[in-house]
Amino acid sequence: MAFFSIDNVRIKGIAGAVPKEEVSNWNYTHISEQERKLLIKTTGVEKRRMVGNSGITTTDLCKAAAEKILRETNTLKDDIQILIFVSQTPDYFLPASSITLQNRLGLPKTCMAFDINLGCSGFVYGLSAISSLMSVGKMKKGLLLCGDISSAGPPEEDKSVFPLFGDGGTATLLEFDQTAATMHFSNQSDGAGYEAIIVREGGMRKPFTVDSFTLVEKEKGISRASRNLELNGMAVFNFSVTEVPKNITDFFMHTSTDPSSYDYFVMHQANLLMNETIRKKLKFPPEKIPYTLSKYGNTSSASIPLTIVSELSNKVTEDVSWLLSGFGVGLSWATVSLKTKGLICPEIIEL
Amino acid sequence: MDINEFIQKLQAEFEDVPAGFLKPETKITDIEGWGSMHALIVIALIDTEYGVTLKGDELRKVQSVQELYNLIVQLKNNPQ
Repeated sequence: MAFFSIDNVRIKGIAGAVPKEEVSNWNYTHISEQERKLLIKTTGVEKRRMVGNSGITTTDLCKAAAEKILRETNTLKDDIQILIFVSQTPDYFLPASSITLQNRLGLPKTCMAFDINLGCSGFVYGLSAISSLMSVGKMKKGLLLCGDISSAGPPEEDKSVFPLFGDGGTATLLEFDQTAATMHFSNQSDGAGYEAIIVREGGMRKPFTVDSFTLVEKEKGISRASRNLELNGMAVFNFSVTEVPKNITDFFMHTSTDPSSYDYFVMHQANLLMNETIRKKLKFPPEKIPYTLSKYGNTSSASIPLTIVSELSNKVTEDVSWLLSGFGVGLSWATVSLKTKGLICPEIIEL
Repeated sequence: MDINEFIQKLQAEFEDVPAGFLKPETKITDIEGWGSMHALIVIALIDTEYGVTLKGDELRKVQSVQELYNLIVQLKNNPQ
């Protein structure tokens, strides 16, 4: 298991941005009223933000969040030495969106920038990558931008995917600080589960054909094209309630901590029943677990920072001890413990 | 654990299921509107209450409440 620790880097602030357009699963008429009630109760997803036809992309959301956090923390753009963009819905196949963001944000050419292609585990993975580089390189400041517009693909005719995902972009500002508490990470992967969440066509293994866009009925209520995201809910559920508690139990042993050591445990916002099962297995009290599933749905790599900004912005001004865990597509999962001091969390922006 | 306790727990998860509907011989797919959400609820319940994580295939293979209960007992006694 990849256990590692990183010193001298601190999260200074987090900002989030979502599209204005809100849709409610109570109006999702592709399924019956009874199914709708059960879906909302089980997944916890009531409302979501969707980019719709606005033309807004993930980088637009992340850019707005980045500008906000730079402003609120009075950060000089010239001090940003690294930018990492974590997303599975980038603007182009190439170039990497992080590099276009360097320019659009007016960051100096001395800033290194690259993308990471991860979803639900992306925030923790991205944090481990940027913190490592900043720590080793003694870089002053860095921006970790995480987001996805997962709603842009799935057709309404796929009840197993369409009602779950919302769009969002976040920006996390990090700084080199020798007084920062050590961050501890445990990152894992299992490519045997690569088909559990997959977009099958449009990549180099299976390029688009005319048929990639044709909706095919897979079972009742589930029609999709092979360019659309496909989700094996049962497999993901099983993976999450098995591997995540195992990862965190080992993490507790390794770091000599337990649920009482943390003020908040922020999980990737996947599915309420799944997250609650994980919570119960780890014996975390409910009051330590914030949720935004009902407001924003599953926002992929944005879900952890967006939940912190949305639910805890007024509770993080003092010292806070965090446990954060992301898990999903890959399969990939990762947990981090860290401390913040006077974290700056401005209000969520609507675009 | 016994099967009556298990039935009570199942009953508590499904508010739309009339009291007394679930018996050891009841087919779980006869629960009204049975679908993937129900399956997730059952798997989550069994995981939380009995510490056994059923796979989708395992759940699909059992028919009655009694068979499901037997499977839990079997997996609990012989962890994989």
